[in-house]
Amino acid sequence: MSVADFAFYLFALTTVVGGFFTVMARNPVHSVLWLITAFVGATGLFVLLGAEFVAMLLMIVYVGAVAVLFLFVVMMLDVDFAELKAEMAKSLPLALLIGVILLMELATIFGTWQFADGADAARAAVAPALDVAHNTQALGQILYTDYILLFQLAGLILLVAMIGAIVLTLRHRTNVKRQNVISQMHRDPAKAMEVIDVKPGQGL
Amino acid sequence: MVGLEHYLAVGAALFVIGIFGLFLNRKNVIILLMSIELMLLAVNINLVAFSSYLGDLAGQVFTLFVLTVAAAEAAIGLAILVSFFRNRGTIDVEDVNVMKG
Repeated sequence: MSVADFAFYLFALTTVVGGFFTVMARNPVHSVLWLITAFVGATGLFVLLGAEFVAMLLMIVYVGAVAVLFLFVVMMLDVDFAELKAEMAKSLPLALLIGVILLMELATIFGTWQFADGADAARAAVAPALDVAHNTQALGQILYTDYILLFQLAGLILLVAMIGAIVLTLRHRTNVKRQNVISQMHRDPAKAMEVIDVKPGQGL
Repeated sequence: MVGLEHYLAVGAALFVIGIFGLFLNRKNVIILLMSIELMLLAVNINLVAFSSYLGDLAGQVFTLFVLTVAAAEAAIGLAILVSFFRNRGTIDVEDVNVMKG
């Protein structure tokens, strides 16, 4: 077994085991950590496949942003997870049944398919040879030309998601003193202080 | 020798685990969202494997867009979850019945 094969089995095992314990773990914090393990394993698989850019993106976007977001939410919400987990045993038979059926369905395809005759001719964006352009360069060359509309739409999706998340979670607290910058800047020093000449024995 | 089918097997296993998690944790929305992330990851593995073995970069471009949508979905889903928890004090899916749908 070569080093590449060994690396494949290592990363594949990491991914599948990480995914399995993500759904099985009792503590949701552990679930998120197993999810990160699965993502790291998938990153290794992508590197083995020669897709370095997607691998780095998976590491940065999924592990760095999405998984940390999950971790934030899990730790921020004060949920009684033991109560939620109590019903897990009840839904286990149905889940196992559906999982096994789906796995068997997928297994029937295994080894019995082949590429169509015109598969090579039908390629949309043929990858250049490694000495012409490496993976990131080749992706950039088609992403900013052939797929520019989809690229811009992806940015729009992220913008809408950002605005939506802010609108959903922003709440304006009452009874909180806030700084009013406009009134601070338009303050007139001449009116800020008044000198009163108090006569002795009279008071104000 | 590791071929295309090995990667497809990993993707299939991960996808089945995602479905399994969806039905196993029907109460906990956080785990449900994580299961959906696992399924999207399985799809990504399939896309990149085919892209690599066919020499077609379109698969990797599509993976980028799947990643984008997955990130947006996670952000929106968790935001809905947080505002739901503030209103109802629970994240049980069966308590999502305000609209009586």
